[in-house]
Amino acid sequence: MELTLWTYEGPPHVGAMRIATSMEGVHYVLHAPQGDTYADLLFTMIERRGKRPPVTYTTFQARDLGGDTAEMVKTSVREAVERFQPQALLVGESCTAELIQDQPGALASGMGLPIPIVNLELPAYSKKENWGAAETFYQLVRSLLKDQVPPPGTARPGRAPGVRPKVNLLGPSALGFRCRDDVTEVCRLLGEIGVQVSVVAPLGASPADLRRIPEADLNICLYPEVAKPVCDWLQRQLAMPCVYTVPIGIGATRDFLQEVGAALDVDVTMALRPEVVGASDLWSPQLHGGSTERARSRMPWYSRSVDSTYLTGKRVFVFADGTHALAAARIATAELGFELVGLGTYSRESAKLVRAAARGYGLEALVTDDYLAVEQAIGEAAPELVLGTQMERHIAKRLSIPCAVISTPIHVQDVPARYGPQMGWEGANVIFDTWVHPLMMGLEEHLIGMFREDFEFVDGHQSHLHAGGAKPMDSSKAEGSQDPPEPEPGAAVSVSTAKTRRWSQEGLAELGKVPFFVRGKVRRNTEAFAQTQGIDLITVDTLYEAKAHYGR
Amino acid sequence: MALTQQSDAAPRPSSPASRGCAQPLTLLRERGQREVFCGLTSIVWLHRRMPDAFFLVVGSRTCAHLVQSAAGVMIFAEPRFGTAILGERDLAGLADANDELDRVVDQLLARRPEIRTLFLVGSCPSEVIKLDLATAAQRLSQRHLPRVRVVSYSGSGIETTFTQGEDNALAAMVPLLPHSEARSLLLVGTMADQVEDQLCRLFHQLGLPGVHTLPPRRSTDLPPVGPNTRILLCQPYLSATARALQARGAQLVAAPYPLGVEGTTAWIQAAAGAFGLAASAVQPRLEAARQRGRKAVARYREQLVGRRLFLLPDSQLEIPLARFLHQECGMVLQEVGTPYLDRLLMAAELEQLPAATTISEGQHVDRQLERVRAARPDLVVCGLGLANPLEAEGMATKWSIELVFSPIQGYEQAGDLAELFARPLTRRQRLHL
Repeated sequence: MELTLWTYEGPPHVGAMRIATSMEGVHYVLHAPQGDTYADLLFTMIERRGKRPPVTYTTFQARDLGGDTAEMVKTSVREAVERFQPQALLVGESCTAELIQDQPGALASGMGLPIPIVNLELPAYSKKENWGAAETFYQLVRSLLKDQVPPPGTARPGRAPGVRPKVNLLGPSALGFRCRDDVTEVCRLLGEIGVQVSVVAPLGASPADLRRIPEADLNICLYPEVAKPVCDWLQRQLAMPCVYTVPIGIGATRDFLQEVGAALDVDVTMALRPEVVGASDLWSPQLHGGSTERARSRMPWYSRSVDSTYLTGKRVFVFADGTHALAAARIATAELGFELVGLGTYSRESAKLVRAAARGYGLEALVTDDYLAVEQAIGEAAPELVLGTQMERHIAKRLSIPCAVISTPIHVQDVPARYGPQMGWEGANVIFDTWVHPLMMGLEEHLIGMFREDFEFVDGHQSHLHAGGAKPMDSSKAEGSQDPPEPEPGAAVSVSTAKTRRWSQEGLAELGKVPFFVRGKVRRNTEAFAQTQGIDLITVDTLYEAKAHYGR
Repeated sequence: MALTQQSDAAPRPSSPASRGCAQPLTLLRERGQREVFCGLTSIVWLHRRMPDAFFLVVGSRTCAHLVQSAAGVMIFAEPRFGTAILGERDLAGLADANDELDRVVDQLLARRPEIRTLFLVGSCPSEVIKLDLATAAQRLSQRHLPRVRVVSYSGSGIETTFTQGEDNALAAMVPLLPHSEARSLLLVGTMADQVEDQLCRLFHQLGLPGVHTLPPRRSTDLPPVGPNTRILLCQPYLSATARALQARGAQLVAAPYPLGVEGTTAWIQAAAGAFGLAASAVQPRLEAARQRGRKAVARYREQLVGRRLFLLPDSQLEIPLARFLHQECGMVLQEVGTPYLDRLLMAAELEQLPAATTISEGQHVDRQLERVRAARPDLVVCGLGLANPLEAEGMATKWSIELVFSPIQGYEQAGDLAELFARPLTRRQRLHL
């Protein structure tokens, strides 16, 4: 039994729903009690989908348990197939149905239906949403392609000369992070090197499309959380090569192009040409006229331009799914010149990779799905920017730290109306803007703090930092007081050790003059220093002695 | 209750509901996919009502995800609800579920010293594996009293829908209430504090004795109950609580629910009548508030009058809402869905519905959506899962979940209640896209 307040991932059958909802011509019969229908609103509200997820729930009740719940499964299957006429049917159960052991998949398979039935066994008490999505996608692809698996050792025929190389993009799904726009961007990227995209799946694909997967020359694993098992299987059973590098960030996009080029024997030197620094061609009409001259990312120049020097060494905490955490760590350090002060993931499946990466940055990875542990780690690291999920957005808001959302789980505001990819050249532009804006707002916040004493300053002036729906109470709390941000009353997590050290009036006033975004760290350092020195009352002198002791 | 077999091709009208007047209502009983929340969802407003209580769901990751998704944004660092997630070890019997529960509760109470009442909330998985939370609550109470009392109830989806979770939570509190022979009025069901204050003020002005509320604002301020207690339900979904209070000797006041000006008036008059106050004595005291309420509703009536309304089953508020929207706003009722029909608690409401209103009990969501499409209503009241899909089909919708979070009862909120239904229609008029 595990005590949980907020969860990063839903149960595995929600992962299966993400696959079904991504696709056309697939229906999912879920043996589940009535409350489980809540999952529909994840899709219709967060992603504003205009269609109900293609899911039929049996919604059994207590009074059915003594009777024939198996018959309810068959009725639901029959009605769903008649009503929705899918090309393939997923059949599975949620946590409660798993306990009553009706084996809905086997029941459906025995009904003699004219379409493929995929029996999903997703252990609800040990696995989670992303695993469920990956397993569902794998089972679906495997059952649709099993008759195309050649005998072991069969070599794949090479591409005929003069034929344009084709790839599949595997992994983008409903309720993923910016998948819709990433697909567009990656298609554009591949188009520039003359590579055609054959099947995109599961997003927008039908079972018939999945059957065409083997026609391509290469698979691209865009989201390992969803597609890694499928890509591994296709590599093993159909000898289809796969590129696993995820093109998020400038460096990763270059690596990606190189790997795709090497795998398909395509020349990518033109695509990899470094852009002309600050050149006028950034605004040339050719870029907007759809010419072969592609729009290279502005991000490298923006990052090198002098205005960005204030980004140097900014302390950044990253917590996300595996893919986005790894990408963010690389971009933050190598492409924006930040200092990484925390790296972690809630994806157990990516734990190994994230741990290895963290070691490379001189950190110990935080691998947990305990939201309170993440909050505590962020509090202790006192970063100037948090890159995380919508859970970290809430943590950062409470701690008054700027934040950008880079990964699922997401909220409705993370599904923007505009084009906002994370991948490829344009993705790098989007990332530059989304990560740097909260920091600029942070500077503005600092100015507000500086000028707060001026008579022109209107009391209650709202900063932009918490404009995203924060209650007025929160923001006034964040900037109205001289004290460093404290967690809400009743919160067990505390970023300060104030209870053990006392501050003099003058010391506290001096602390109030420190820019808010480092104030928490200064406070902690000073208190730690006071403790080691056996100082009971912290004065202005203690503050500056601690500053000299620790450096910046 | 199994009246229509789930495999039946079409729902069929069954015997008309009994009612005071001559014209029968049409009742459809349906079985099939129910697109409703389970009772765990009630935690979202119950925990706000009692800031010294914690709600611990004993269930699965699905339960945790449901409560989180229904609660929407996570504005609390540590909410006063959580889930003890059952793992494979618990199910395989490798870990003793009771020992595990004791450990989790100890861990929780150590973190949250301000908690005075802990609700162990049963879920579908805990019910199916027959985890005895009632006994566990007794054991844990012995261990943690006097600091913390532990109470259990079921919010499982196999037994409860949405608002029934509150019913079970309150019913679980009834045995704890102190006994009293004093004359008192007990208001039962969560309303916004501000609304409750307004209504209590009216009762005080009328000179009613000892007005108390269940749930109380502090979980330890338990209202007294006894043979001279009159129960006035503020919410229409409290069947089990009403029965438990009746078993303690209290008497149920038959009344409609305080939605709209007329509903509020009849509700107050019924309570006053139970204490021997004549309607003629009460009426003048309410007149000012009634006038204000009517004026506020009139502003939106123009938008709503003559518009066709289709309510899908969700919060159990559908029947009183339909009554208000028909009676005071002039809307035309096409179908009034309700998760279940408690004739006793709905008697005063059903009487006021127009002749031949179709009431559907239970749900077969696909068939019901076919009826929605055929009826082409001007406004559909439905859950969040269905709202955007119906909007995409061109229908205006009102999410029903807002009705359990917003202050909507009483005279001063009657206009706000009407506005909630007028807003989607007004918005459509404004937009030119």
